[in-house]
Amino acid sequence: MTTILSIKDLRKSYADGFEALKGVSLDIEEGEILALLGPNGAGKTTLISTVCGITTPTSGSVTAGGHDIQTEFRAARKMIGLVPQEIALEPFETVWNTVRFSRGLFGYGSDNARIEEILRKLSLWDKRKNSIKELSGGMKRRVLIAKALAHEPRILFLDEPTAGVDVELRKDMWEIVAELKQAGVTIILTTHYIEEAEAIADRVGVIDKGELLLVQDKDTLMAQMGKKQIEVMLTDPITDIPDSLSAHNLTLNGNGRALVYTYDTNADRTGITTLLNDVAQAGLVLSDVQTRQSSLEEIFVNLVSGEAV
Amino acid sequence: MNWSAIAAIYRFEMARFFRTLAQSFLSPVLSTSLYFVVFGTAIGSRIQEVEGVSYGAFIVPGLIMLSVVMLAITNASFGIYFPKFLGTIYELLSAPVNFIEIVIGYVGAAATKSLFVGLVILVTANFFVDIRIEHPLAMAAFLVLTCLSFSLLGFIIGIWASNFEQISLVPQLVVTPLIFLGGTFYSISMLPPLWQTITLFNPVVYLISGFRWSFYGLADVPITFSLLAILAFTGICLGIIGWIFKTGWRIRS
Ligand SMILES: Nc1ncnc2c1ncn2[C@@H]1O[C@H](COP(=O)(O)OP(=O)(O)O)[C@@H](O)[C@H]1O
Ligand SMILES: [Mg+2]
Repeated sequence: MTTILSIKDLRKSYADGFEALKGVSLDIEEGEILALLGPNGAGKTTLISTVCGITTPTSGSVTAGGHDIQTEFRAARKMIGLVPQEIALEPFETVWNTVRFSRGLFGYGSDNARIEEILRKLSLWDKRKNSIKELSGGMKRRVLIAKALAHEPRILFLDEPTAGVDVELRKDMWEIVAELKQAGVTIILTTHYIEEAEAIADRVGVIDKGELLLVQDKDTLMAQMGKKQIEVMLTDPITDIPDSLSAHNLTLNGNGRALVYTYDTNADRTGITTLLNDVAQAGLVLSDVQTRQSSLEEIFVNLVSGEAV
Repeated sequence: MNWSAIAAIYRFEMARFFRTLAQSFLSPVLSTSLYFVVFGTAIGSRIQEVEGVSYGAFIVPGLIMLSVVMLAITNASFGIYFPKFLGTIYELLSAPVNFIEIVIGYVGAAATKSLFVGLVILVTANFFVDIRIEHPLAMAAFLVLTCLSFSLLGFIIGIWASNFEQISLVPQLVVTPLIFLGGTFYSISMLPPLWQTITLFNPVVYLISGFRWSFYGLADVPITFSLLAILAFTGICLGIIGWIFKTGWRIRS
Protein backbone atom coordinates (compact mmCIF):
# COMPACT_ATOMS: atom_id res chain seq x y z
CA MET A 1 0.00 0.00 0.00
CA THR A 2 1.24 3.48 -0.79
CA THR A 3 0.31 6.56 1.13
CA ILE A 4 -1.39 9.04 -1.19
CA LEU A 5 -2.23 11.74 1.31
CA SER A 6 -0.17 12.51 4.35
CA ILE A 7 -1.30 14.98 7.00
CA LYS A 8 1.20 15.86 9.70
CA ASP A 9 0.40 17.70 12.90
CA LEU A 10 -2.06 19.97 11.14
CA ARG A 11 -3.30 22.90 13.18
CA LYS A 12 -5.80 25.56 12.26
CA SER A 13 -6.76 28.56 14.33
CA TYR A 14 -9.36 30.86 12.83
CA ALA A 15 -9.01 34.65 12.90
CA ASP A 16 -11.12 34.80 16.06
CA GLY A 17 -8.51 32.63 17.80
CA PHE A 18 -10.64 29.50 17.81
CA GLU A 19 -8.50 26.40 17.33
CA ALA A 20 -10.55 24.16 15.05
CA LEU A 21 -7.78 21.62 14.42
CA LYS A 22 -5.45 20.71 17.25
CA GLY A 23 -2.67 18.81 15.59
CA VAL A 24 -4.20 16.22 13.29
CA SER A 25 -1.95 13.56 11.76
CA LEU A 26 -3.30 11.07 9.29
CA ASP A 27 -1.99 8.93 6.44
CA ILE A 28 -4.39 7.84 3.77
CA GLU A 29 -3.66 4.84 1.60
CA GLU A 30 -4.20 4.87 -2.11
CA GLY A 31 -7.55 3.39 -3.11
CA GLU A 32 -9.17 3.25 0.29
CA ILE A 33 -12.39 4.77 1.53
CA LEU A 34 -11.92 6.58 4.78
CA ALA A 35 -14.91 7.83 6.70
CA LEU A 36 -14.32 10.71 9.08
CA LEU A 37 -16.94 10.48 11.73
CA GLY A 38 -17.64 13.31 14.10
CA PRO A 39 -20.39 15.46 15.57
CA ASN A 40 -21.20 18.93 14.21
CA GLY A 41 -18.40 21.38 14.83
CA ALA A 42 -15.81 18.63 15.25
CA GLY A 43 -13.57 20.16 12.59
CA LYS A 44 -14.31 17.85 9.65
CA THR A 45 -14.97 20.64 7.16
CA THR A 46 -12.01 22.62 8.47
CA LEU A 47 -9.75 19.63 7.91
CA ILE A 48 -10.97 19.21 4.34
CA SER A 49 -10.82 22.94 3.61
CA THR A 50 -7.26 23.10 4.83
CA VAL A 51 -6.14 20.13 2.77
CA CYS A 52 -7.88 21.51 -0.33
CA GLY A 53 -6.46 25.02 -0.03
CA ILE A 54 -9.62 26.88 0.93
CA THR A 55 -8.16 27.88 4.26
CA THR A 56 -4.49 28.20 5.10
CA PRO A 57 -3.08 25.98 7.84
CA THR A 58 -1.68 27.63 10.96
CA SER A 59 1.01 24.97 11.18
CA GLY A 60 1.71 21.44 10.07
CA SER A 61 2.08 20.00 6.61
CA VAL A 62 0.08 18.08 4.05
CA THR A 63 1.33 16.24 0.99
CA ALA A 64 -0.81 14.79 -1.79
CA GLY A 65 0.97 12.22 -3.93
CA GLY A 66 4.20 13.53 -2.39
CA HIS A 67 3.47 17.14 -3.37
CA ASP A 68 3.31 19.69 -0.59
CA ILE A 69 -0.05 21.49 -0.73
CA GLN A 70 1.57 24.89 -0.26
CA THR A 71 4.90 24.83 -2.07
CA GLU A 72 3.69 22.58 -4.90
CA PHE A 73 0.05 23.58 -4.79
CA ARG A 74 -0.58 23.07 -8.49
CA ALA A 75 0.54 19.48 -8.58
CA ALA A 76 -1.14 18.72 -5.26
CA ARG A 77 -4.47 20.30 -6.14
CA LYS A 78 -4.65 18.63 -9.55
CA MET A 79 -4.84 15.32 -7.71
CA ILE A 80 -7.67 16.37 -5.45
CA GLY A 81 -11.38 16.78 -6.09
CA LEU A 82 -13.74 18.31 -3.58
CA VAL A 83 -17.48 17.99 -3.12
CA PRO A 84 -18.38 20.64 -0.57
CA GLN A 85 -20.88 20.28 2.22
CA GLU A 86 -23.11 23.12 1.06
CA ILE A 87 -24.59 23.25 -2.42
CA ALA A 88 -22.85 26.13 -4.19
CA LEU A 89 -23.54 26.52 -7.90
CA GLU A 90 -24.08 29.28 -10.43
CA PRO A 91 -27.88 29.08 -10.85
CA PHE A 92 -28.18 30.41 -14.40
CA GLU A 93 -25.48 28.32 -16.02
CA THR A 94 -26.14 24.97 -17.68
CA VAL A 95 -24.98 21.67 -16.23
CA TRP A 96 -22.66 21.11 -19.17
CA ASN A 97 -20.97 24.50 -18.96
CA THR A 98 -20.61 24.25 -15.21
CA VAL A 99 -18.78 20.95 -15.47
CA ARG A 100 -16.67 22.13 -18.39
CA PHE A 101 -15.70 25.19 -16.36
CA SER A 102 -14.38 22.98 -13.57
CA ARG A 103 -12.32 20.96 -15.98
CA GLY A 104 -10.80 24.11 -17.45
CA LEU A 105 -10.07 25.52 -14.04
CA PHE A 106 -7.93 22.51 -13.26
CA GLY A 107 -5.89 23.00 -16.39
CA TYR A 108 -7.53 20.61 -18.82
CA GLY A 109 -8.96 21.44 -22.21
CA SER A 110 -12.62 20.67 -22.65
CA ASP A 111 -12.81 17.02 -23.60
CA ASN A 112 -16.42 16.44 -24.65
CA ALA A 113 -16.20 12.66 -24.49
CA ARG A 114 -14.82 12.77 -20.97
CA ILE A 115 -17.47 15.22 -19.77
CA GLU A 116 -20.16 13.08 -21.37
CA GLU A 117 -18.84 10.02 -19.57
CA ILE A 118 -18.94 11.80 -16.21
CA LEU A 119 -22.43 13.17 -16.79
CA ARG A 120 -23.70 9.76 -17.81
CA LYS A 121 -22.14 8.11 -14.80
CA LEU A 122 -23.98 10.54 -12.54
CA SER A 123 -27.28 10.27 -14.46
CA LEU A 124 -27.01 13.91 -15.48
CA TRP A 125 -26.77 13.41 -19.21
CA ASP A 126 -30.44 14.19 -19.83
CA LYS A 127 -30.10 17.37 -17.81
CA ARG A 128 -26.95 18.64 -19.48
CA LYS A 129 -28.72 21.54 -21.18
CA ASN A 130 -30.78 22.50 -18.16
CA SER A 131 -29.70 25.41 -16.07
CA ILE A 132 -28.77 24.58 -12.50
CA LYS A 133 -31.74 26.40 -11.03
CA GLU A 134 -34.09 23.94 -12.74
CA LEU A 135 -32.59 20.96 -10.92
CA SER A 136 -33.75 19.26 -7.73
CA GLY A 137 -31.53 19.28 -4.66
CA GLY A 138 -30.38 15.75 -5.34
CA MET A 139 -29.46 16.61 -8.91
CA LYS A 140 -27.50 19.62 -7.72
CA ARG A 141 -25.47 17.36 -5.47
CA ARG A 142 -24.72 15.18 -8.46
CA VAL A 143 -23.57 18.25 -10.37
CA LEU A 144 -21.19 19.04 -7.52
CA ILE A 145 -19.78 15.53 -7.78
CA ALA A 146 -19.52 15.83 -11.56
CA LYS A 147 -17.59 19.07 -11.14
CA ALA A 148 -15.26 17.47 -8.64
CA LEU A 149 -14.64 14.56 -11.02
CA ALA A 150 -14.20 16.74 -14.10
CA HIS A 151 -10.43 16.80 -13.75
CA GLU A 152 -10.17 13.10 -12.96
CA PRO A 153 -8.79 13.47 -9.45
CA ARG A 154 -7.09 10.57 -7.69
CA ILE A 155 -8.29 11.73 -4.30
CA LEU A 156 -11.89 12.73 -3.73
CA PHE A 157 -13.22 14.51 -0.67
CA LEU A 158 -16.93 14.25 -0.02
CA ASP A 159 -18.02 16.53 2.79
CA GLU A 160 -21.23 15.10 4.20
CA PRO A 161 -22.45 13.89 0.82
CA THR A 162 -25.66 12.49 2.24
CA ALA A 163 -26.60 15.07 4.84
CA GLY A 164 -30.25 15.89 4.35
CA VAL A 165 -30.77 13.74 1.27
CA ASP A 166 -33.48 11.13 0.95
CA VAL A 167 -32.87 7.42 1.39
CA GLU A 168 -32.89 6.69 -2.32
CA LEU A 169 -30.29 9.31 -3.12
CA ARG A 170 -28.17 8.13 -0.23
CA LYS A 171 -28.12 4.64 -1.69
CA ASP A 172 -27.19 6.13 -5.06
CA MET A 173 -24.35 8.05 -3.44
CA TRP A 174 -23.03 4.89 -1.85
CA GLU A 175 -23.12 3.21 -5.23
CA ILE A 176 -21.27 6.09 -6.86
CA VAL A 177 -18.64 5.91 -4.13
CA ALA A 178 -18.26 2.17 -4.66
CA GLU A 179 -17.82 2.68 -8.41
CA LEU A 180 -15.22 5.36 -7.86
CA LYS A 181 -13.33 3.07 -5.55
CA GLN A 182 -13.44 0.42 -8.26
CA ALA A 183 -11.87 2.95 -10.58
CA GLY A 184 -9.05 3.42 -8.10
CA VAL A 185 -10.04 6.76 -6.61
CA THR A 186 -9.14 7.32 -2.97
CA ILE A 187 -12.13 8.65 -1.09
CA ILE A 188 -12.33 10.57 2.13
CA LEU A 189 -15.85 11.30 3.24
CA THR A 190 -17.17 12.94 6.32
CA THR A 191 -20.43 12.03 7.87
CA HIS A 192 -22.23 12.05 11.11
CA TYR A 193 -24.27 9.06 10.09
CA ILE A 194 -22.70 6.02 11.61
CA GLU A 195 -24.51 3.65 9.24
CA GLU A 196 -22.82 5.40 6.40
CA ALA A 197 -19.35 4.77 7.73
CA GLU A 198 -20.38 1.25 8.58
CA ALA A 199 -21.79 0.63 5.12
CA ILE A 200 -19.07 1.96 2.84
CA ALA A 201 -15.82 2.72 4.63
CA ASP A 202 -12.66 0.65 4.72
CA ARG A 203 -11.33 2.66 7.61
CA VAL A 204 -13.00 4.92 10.09
CA GLY A 205 -11.54 7.97 11.76
CA VAL A 206 -13.28 9.58 14.69
CA ILE A 207 -12.77 13.30 15.11
CA ASP A 208 -14.06 15.51 17.89
CA LYS A 209 -13.17 19.01 19.08
CA GLY A 210 -10.39 19.31 16.52
CA GLU A 211 -8.68 16.09 17.50
CA LEU A 212 -8.50 12.80 15.72
CA LEU A 213 -9.42 10.33 18.43
CA LEU A 214 -8.67 7.22 16.43
CA VAL A 215 -8.30 5.82 12.95
CA GLN A 216 -8.82 2.17 12.44
CA ASP A 217 -9.79 -0.48 10.02
CA LYS A 218 -13.55 -0.63 10.25
CA ASP A 219 -13.82 -4.37 10.85
CA THR A 220 -11.00 -4.38 13.39
CA LEU A 221 -12.56 -1.45 15.10
CA MET A 222 -15.88 -3.14 15.39
CA ALA A 223 -14.33 -6.39 16.50
CA GLN A 224 -12.02 -4.73 19.01
CA MET A 225 -14.41 -2.31 20.44
CA GLY A 226 -17.51 -4.30 19.79
CA LYS A 227 -18.76 -6.09 22.82
CA LYS A 228 -21.12 -8.92 22.12
CA GLN A 229 -24.03 -9.77 24.25
CA ILE A 230 -25.78 -13.04 24.56
CA GLU A 231 -29.33 -13.13 25.77
CA VAL A 232 -30.59 -16.33 27.29
CA MET A 233 -34.38 -16.55 27.24
CA LEU A 234 -35.99 -18.58 29.99
CA THR A 235 -39.18 -20.57 29.82
CA ASP A 236 -40.18 -19.57 33.35
CA PRO A 237 -39.45 -16.06 34.66
CA ILE A 238 -37.27 -15.65 37.75
CA THR A 239 -37.05 -12.80 40.24
CA ASP A 240 -33.40 -13.16 41.29
CA ILE A 241 -30.32 -14.42 39.58
CA PRO A 242 -29.26 -17.65 41.34
CA ASP A 243 -26.06 -17.30 43.42
CA SER A 244 -24.43 -20.06 41.42
CA LEU A 245 -24.44 -17.71 38.38
CA SER A 246 -23.05 -14.63 40.14
CA ALA A 247 -19.57 -15.14 38.66
CA HIS A 248 -20.93 -14.36 35.18
CA ASN A 249 -22.05 -10.81 36.00
CA LEU A 250 -25.46 -11.30 34.44
CA THR A 251 -28.28 -8.84 34.30
CA LEU A 252 -31.90 -9.75 34.32
CA ASN A 253 -34.13 -8.44 31.57
CA GLY A 254 -37.55 -8.85 30.04
CA ASN A 255 -39.49 -9.20 33.33
CA GLY A 256 -37.20 -11.95 34.53
CA ARG A 257 -37.41 -13.91 31.32
CA ALA A 258 -33.97 -13.05 29.95
CA LEU A 259 -30.43 -13.31 31.28
CA VAL A 260 -27.99 -10.97 29.55
CA TYR A 261 -24.32 -11.88 29.40
CA THR A 262 -21.71 -9.51 27.99
CA TYR A 263 -18.43 -10.87 26.62
CA ASP A 264 -15.48 -9.78 24.57
CA THR A 265 -15.23 -11.41 21.15
CA ASN A 266 -11.44 -11.09 21.27
CA ALA A 267 -10.99 -12.91 24.55
CA ASP A 268 -9.37 -16.37 24.50
CA ARG A 269 -12.38 -17.82 26.20
CA THR A 270 -15.72 -16.19 25.80
CA GLY A 271 -17.14 -18.13 28.70
CA ILE A 272 -20.28 -19.08 26.82
CA THR A 273 -19.94 -22.82 27.35
CA THR A 274 -19.48 -22.44 31.09
CA LEU A 275 -22.36 -20.01 31.23
CA LEU A 276 -24.75 -22.32 29.46
CA ASN A 277 -23.61 -25.25 31.63
CA ASP A 278 -24.11 -23.22 34.79
CA VAL A 279 -27.54 -22.07 33.65
CA ALA A 280 -28.56 -25.68 33.11
CA GLN A 281 -27.02 -26.66 36.48
CA ALA A 282 -29.10 -23.98 38.16
CA GLY A 283 -32.16 -25.78 36.90
CA LEU A 284 -33.28 -23.07 34.48
CA VAL A 285 -34.89 -24.09 31.21
CA LEU A 286 -33.85 -22.22 28.07
CA SER A 287 -36.38 -21.27 25.42
CA ASP A 288 -34.08 -19.30 23.14
CA VAL A 289 -30.59 -17.76 22.80
CA GLN A 290 -29.75 -14.55 20.91
CA THR A 291 -26.52 -12.67 20.32
CA ARG A 292 -26.14 -8.98 19.62
CA GLN A 293 -23.08 -6.98 18.58
CA SER A 294 -22.67 -3.33 19.54
CA SER A 295 -22.78 -1.05 16.52
CA LEU A 296 -20.32 1.62 15.45
CA GLU A 297 -22.83 4.03 16.89
CA GLU A 298 -22.28 2.78 20.42
CA ILE A 299 -18.53 2.75 19.90
CA PHE A 300 -18.72 6.28 18.63
CA VAL A 301 -20.85 7.55 21.45
CA ASN A 302 -18.46 5.94 23.93
CA LEU A 303 -15.44 7.53 22.26
CA VAL A 304 -16.86 11.00 21.99
CA SER A 305 -18.11 10.99 25.55
CA GLY A 306 -14.64 9.86 26.57
CA GLU A 307 -15.56 6.55 28.17
CA ALA A 308 -13.59 4.21 26.02
CA VAL A 309 -10.14 3.81 24.36
CA MET B 1 0.61 29.85 -15.94
CA ASN B 2 -2.61 27.87 -16.01
CA TRP B 3 -3.91 29.34 -19.28
CA SER B 4 -6.75 26.92 -19.50
CA ALA B 5 -8.05 28.17 -16.14
CA ILE B 6 -7.85 31.78 -17.31
CA ALA B 7 -9.77 30.81 -20.44
CA ALA B 8 -12.33 28.90 -18.39
CA ILE B 9 -13.00 31.86 -16.08
CA TYR B 10 -13.11 34.29 -18.99
CA ARG B 11 -15.46 32.09 -20.95
CA PHE B 12 -17.73 31.48 -17.96
CA GLU B 13 -17.95 35.21 -17.24
CA MET B 14 -18.58 36.08 -20.87
CA ALA B 15 -21.36 33.49 -20.96
CA ARG B 16 -23.18 35.54 -18.33
CA PHE B 17 -22.89 38.50 -20.71
CA PHE B 18 -24.07 36.60 -23.77
CA ARG B 19 -27.07 35.20 -21.90
CA THR B 20 -28.31 38.76 -21.65
CA LEU B 21 -26.83 40.05 -24.88
CA ALA B 22 -29.95 41.92 -25.93
CA GLN B 23 -29.97 43.70 -22.59
CA SER B 24 -26.24 44.36 -22.73
CA PHE B 25 -26.69 45.83 -26.17
CA LEU B 26 -29.96 47.69 -25.85
CA SER B 27 -29.41 49.51 -22.61
CA PRO B 28 -26.33 51.50 -23.74
CA VAL B 29 -28.03 52.28 -27.07
CA LEU B 30 -31.09 53.51 -25.25
CA SER B 31 -29.27 55.54 -22.62
CA THR B 32 -26.98 57.14 -25.19
CA SER B 33 -29.96 58.13 -27.31
CA LEU B 34 -31.60 59.60 -24.21
CA TYR B 35 -28.53 61.65 -23.42
CA PHE B 36 -28.56 63.10 -26.91
CA VAL B 37 -32.23 63.88 -26.74
CA VAL B 38 -32.03 65.46 -23.28
CA PHE B 39 -28.59 67.04 -23.18
CA GLY B 40 -28.02 67.50 -26.88
CA THR B 41 -31.37 69.18 -27.46
CA ALA B 42 -32.00 70.96 -24.20
CA ILE B 43 -28.51 72.19 -23.46
CA GLY B 44 -27.22 72.03 -26.99
CA SER B 45 -29.77 74.63 -28.00
CA ARG B 46 -28.08 77.05 -25.58
CA ILE B 47 -24.48 75.94 -25.93
CA GLN B 48 -23.99 75.50 -29.62
CA GLU B 49 -20.28 74.95 -29.69
CA VAL B 50 -17.48 74.25 -27.30
CA GLU B 51 -14.11 75.30 -28.62
CA GLY B 52 -15.16 74.80 -32.18
CA VAL B 53 -16.86 71.42 -31.69
CA SER B 54 -20.63 71.03 -31.70
CA TYR B 55 -21.95 70.40 -28.19
CA GLY B 56 -23.42 67.03 -29.14
CA ALA B 57 -20.09 65.82 -30.48
CA PHE B 58 -18.25 67.39 -27.56
CA ILE B 59 -20.01 65.21 -24.96
CA VAL B 60 -19.45 61.90 -26.80
CA PRO B 61 -16.06 61.04 -25.23
CA GLY B 62 -17.41 61.87 -21.76
CA LEU B 63 -20.52 59.77 -22.33
CA ILE B 64 -18.44 56.81 -23.38
CA MET B 65 -16.21 57.21 -20.33
CA LEU B 66 -19.21 57.52 -18.04
CA SER B 67 -20.70 54.22 -19.19
CA VAL B 68 -17.44 52.37 -19.58
CA VAL B 69 -16.21 53.29 -16.11
CA MET B 70 -19.47 52.39 -14.41
CA LEU B 71 -19.81 49.12 -16.31
CA ALA B 72 -16.21 48.09 -15.74
CA ILE B 73 -16.63 48.59 -12.01
CA THR B 74 -20.02 46.86 -11.83
CA ASN B 75 -19.06 43.93 -14.02
CA ALA B 76 -15.82 43.21 -12.24
CA SER B 77 -17.17 43.68 -8.75
CA PHE B 78 -20.18 41.46 -9.34
CA GLY B 79 -18.02 38.97 -11.22
CA ILE B 80 -15.93 38.18 -8.16
CA TYR B 81 -18.57 38.99 -5.55
CA PHE B 82 -21.04 36.42 -6.93
CA PRO B 83 -18.77 33.43 -6.31
CA LYS B 84 -18.25 34.70 -2.77
CA PHE B 85 -21.98 35.18 -2.32
CA LEU B 86 -22.98 31.86 -3.89
CA GLY B 87 -20.16 29.97 -2.22
CA THR B 88 -18.78 28.80 -5.56
CA ILE B 89 -15.49 30.48 -4.73
CA TYR B 90 -14.51 27.22 -2.99
CA GLU B 91 -13.70 25.89 -6.42
CA LEU B 92 -11.42 28.78 -7.37
CA LEU B 93 -9.60 28.40 -4.08
CA SER B 94 -9.13 24.65 -4.39
CA ALA B 95 -8.09 24.71 -8.05
CA PRO B 96 -4.48 24.83 -9.26
CA VAL B 97 -4.75 28.52 -10.06
CA ASN B 98 -3.05 31.47 -8.46
CA PHE B 99 -4.51 34.87 -7.78
CA ILE B 100 -2.94 36.42 -10.88
CA GLU B 101 -4.77 33.96 -13.09
CA ILE B 102 -8.03 34.63 -11.27
CA VAL B 103 -7.56 38.38 -11.72
CA ILE B 104 -6.74 38.05 -15.42
CA GLY B 105 -9.84 35.91 -15.98
CA TYR B 106 -12.32 38.13 -14.15
CA VAL B 107 -10.81 41.51 -14.98
CA GLY B 108 -10.25 40.50 -18.59
CA ALA B 109 -13.91 39.55 -18.97
CA ALA B 110 -15.19 42.70 -17.23
CA ALA B 111 -12.91 44.87 -19.37
CA THR B 112 -14.08 43.14 -22.55
CA LYS B 113 -17.72 43.71 -21.67
CA SER B 114 -17.23 47.38 -20.92
CA LEU B 115 -15.13 47.83 -24.06
CA PHE B 116 -17.95 46.32 -26.05
CA VAL B 117 -20.44 48.73 -24.54
CA GLY B 118 -18.07 51.65 -25.14
CA LEU B 119 -17.93 50.76 -28.82
CA VAL B 120 -21.71 50.39 -29.00
CA ILE B 121 -22.08 53.90 -27.59
CA LEU B 122 -19.56 55.26 -30.06
CA VAL B 123 -21.45 53.75 -32.96
CA THR B 124 -24.82 54.90 -31.61
CA ALA B 125 -23.54 58.44 -31.09
CA ASN B 126 -22.37 58.45 -34.67
CA PHE B 127 -26.01 58.36 -35.75
CA PHE B 128 -26.76 61.56 -33.87
CA VAL B 129 -23.68 63.70 -34.38
CA ASP B 130 -20.58 63.94 -36.53
CA ILE B 131 -17.67 62.38 -34.75
CA ARG B 132 -14.10 62.60 -35.84
CA ILE B 133 -11.23 60.78 -34.22
CA GLU B 134 -7.98 62.64 -34.72
CA HIS B 135 -5.77 60.24 -32.79
CA PRO B 136 -7.28 56.76 -33.18
CA LEU B 137 -4.38 54.95 -31.51
CA ALA B 138 -4.49 57.18 -28.46
CA MET B 139 -8.26 56.80 -28.42
CA ALA B 140 -7.99 53.01 -28.41
CA ALA B 141 -5.25 53.08 -25.77
CA PHE B 142 -7.26 55.36 -23.45
CA LEU B 143 -10.37 53.29 -23.89
CA VAL B 144 -8.67 49.97 -23.25
CA LEU B 145 -6.69 51.31 -20.28
CA THR B 146 -9.85 52.77 -18.77
CA CYS B 147 -11.71 49.48 -19.18
CA LEU B 148 -8.83 47.60 -17.58
CA SER B 149 -8.05 49.93 -14.72
CA PHE B 150 -11.65 50.39 -13.62
CA SER B 151 -12.23 46.65 -13.90
CA LEU B 152 -9.29 46.26 -11.53
CA LEU B 153 -10.94 48.74 -9.18
CA GLY B 154 -14.22 46.83 -9.49
CA PHE B 155 -12.43 43.59 -8.69
CA ILE B 156 -11.00 45.14 -5.52
CA ILE B 157 -14.46 46.39 -4.54
CA GLY B 158 -15.93 42.94 -5.15
CA ILE B 159 -13.31 41.32 -2.93
CA TRP B 160 -13.81 43.95 -0.23
CA ALA B 161 -17.61 43.95 -0.27
CA SER B 162 -19.49 41.76 2.14
CA ASN B 163 -22.95 42.63 0.84
CA PHE B 164 -24.66 43.96 -2.27
CA GLU B 165 -25.10 47.47 -0.85
CA GLN B 166 -21.38 47.91 -0.49
CA ILE B 167 -20.87 47.00 -4.12
CA SER B 168 -23.04 49.84 -5.37
CA LEU B 169 -21.72 52.21 -2.71
CA VAL B 170 -18.44 53.14 -4.37
CA PRO B 171 -19.76 53.59 -7.91
CA GLN B 172 -22.73 55.64 -6.73
CA LEU B 173 -21.20 57.72 -3.98
CA VAL B 174 -17.73 58.24 -5.36
CA VAL B 175 -17.43 57.49 -9.03
CA THR B 176 -20.66 58.98 -10.38
CA PRO B 177 -20.10 62.43 -8.81
CA LEU B 178 -16.48 62.44 -9.94
CA ILE B 179 -17.51 61.68 -13.49
CA PHE B 180 -20.29 64.25 -13.61
CA LEU B 181 -18.00 66.87 -12.12
CA GLY B 182 -15.11 65.71 -14.29
CA GLY B 183 -16.02 67.57 -17.44
CA THR B 184 -18.22 65.01 -19.10
CA PHE B 185 -20.77 67.59 -20.14
CA TYR B 186 -18.69 70.75 -20.13
CA SER B 187 -15.21 72.05 -20.66
CA ILE B 188 -13.30 72.97 -17.52
CA SER B 189 -12.56 76.33 -19.08
CA MET B 190 -16.27 77.15 -18.78
CA LEU B 191 -16.01 77.12 -14.96
CA PRO B 192 -15.09 80.08 -12.71
CA PRO B 193 -11.34 80.15 -11.89
CA LEU B 194 -11.69 78.81 -8.34
CA TRP B 195 -13.67 75.80 -9.53
CA GLN B 196 -11.18 75.21 -12.29
CA THR B 197 -8.49 74.76 -9.63
CA ILE B 198 -10.62 72.54 -7.42
CA THR B 199 -11.57 70.41 -10.39
CA LEU B 200 -7.94 69.60 -11.05
CA PHE B 201 -8.01 67.37 -7.94
CA ASN B 202 -10.59 65.19 -9.61
CA PRO B 203 -8.72 62.34 -11.29
CA VAL B 204 -11.54 61.77 -13.76
CA VAL B 205 -10.82 65.17 -15.33
CA TYR B 206 -7.53 63.82 -16.64
CA LEU B 207 -9.19 60.76 -18.03
CA ILE B 208 -11.95 62.56 -19.90
CA SER B 209 -9.66 65.34 -21.05
CA GLY B 210 -7.20 62.86 -22.51
CA PHE B 211 -9.93 60.85 -24.14
CA ARG B 212 -11.52 63.94 -25.64
CA TRP B 213 -8.13 65.06 -26.93
CA SER B 214 -7.83 61.80 -28.88
CA PHE B 215 -11.11 62.72 -30.62
CA TYR B 216 -10.90 66.45 -31.25
CA GLY B 217 -7.43 67.50 -30.17
CA LEU B 218 -9.09 69.51 -27.36
CA ALA B 219 -7.77 69.06 -23.82
CA ASP B 220 -8.35 70.70 -20.44
CA VAL B 221 -5.03 69.41 -19.15
CA PRO B 222 -1.87 68.42 -21.03
CA ILE B 223 -2.17 65.00 -22.65
CA THR B 224 0.93 63.67 -20.86
CA PHE B 225 -0.77 64.40 -17.53
CA SER B 226 -3.76 62.40 -18.66
CA LEU B 227 -1.59 59.49 -19.66
CA LEU B 228 0.35 59.60 -16.40
CA ALA B 229 -2.87 59.80 -14.42
CA ILE B 230 -4.39 56.70 -15.97
CA LEU B 231 -1.12 54.79 -15.69
CA ALA B 232 -0.75 55.80 -12.05
CA PHE B 233 -4.32 54.73 -11.34
CA THR B 234 -3.72 51.36 -12.99
CA GLY B 235 -0.52 51.01 -10.95
CA ILE B 236 -2.29 51.74 -7.68
CA CYS B 237 -5.01 49.18 -8.43
CA LEU B 238 -2.39 46.58 -9.35
CA GLY B 239 -0.54 47.36 -6.13
CA ILE B 240 -3.65 46.81 -4.03
CA ILE B 241 -4.40 43.59 -5.87
CA GLY B 242 -0.85 42.41 -5.26
CA TRP B 243 -1.31 43.09 -1.57
CA ILE B 244 -4.61 41.15 -1.52
CA PHE B 245 -2.81 38.31 -3.25
CA LYS B 246 -0.08 38.21 -0.62
CA THR B 247 -2.33 38.41 2.40
CA GLY B 248 -5.36 36.49 1.14
CA TRP B 249 -7.42 39.38 2.51
CA ARG B 250 -11.15 38.62 2.55
CA ILE B 251 -10.60 35.50 0.46
CA ARG B 252 -8.88 32.79 2.45
CA SER B 253 -9.58 32.48 6.14
N1 LIG C 1 -14.49 30.76 9.39
C1 LIG C 1 -14.55 30.38 10.68
N2 LIG C 1 -14.22 31.25 11.65
C2 LIG C 1 -14.28 30.87 12.95
N3 LIG C 1 -14.64 29.66 13.39
C3 LIG C 1 -14.99 28.75 12.46
C4 LIG C 1 -14.96 29.06 11.06
N4 LIG C 1 -15.34 27.97 10.38
C5 LIG C 1 -15.59 27.02 11.31
N5 LIG C 1 -15.38 27.48 12.56
C6 LIG C 1 -15.54 26.74 13.82
O1 LIG C 1 -14.67 25.63 13.78
C7 LIG C 1 -15.28 24.49 14.35
C8 LIG C 1 -15.25 23.35 13.36
O2 LIG C 1 -16.12 23.63 12.30
P1 LIG C 1 -16.29 22.66 11.07
O3 LIG C 1 -14.94 22.31 10.58
O4 LIG C 1 -17.21 23.28 10.12
O5 LIG C 1 -16.95 21.40 11.77
P2 LIG C 1 -17.73 20.16 11.13
O6 LIG C 1 -17.54 20.20 9.66
O7 LIG C 1 -17.09 18.96 11.77
O8 LIG C 1 -19.15 20.29 11.53
C9 LIG C 1 -16.68 24.91 14.74
O9 LIG C 1 -16.69 25.18 16.13
C10 LIG C 1 -16.94 26.16 13.96
O10 LIG C 1 -17.77 27.03 14.65
MG1 LIG D 1 -18.88 20.30 8.19
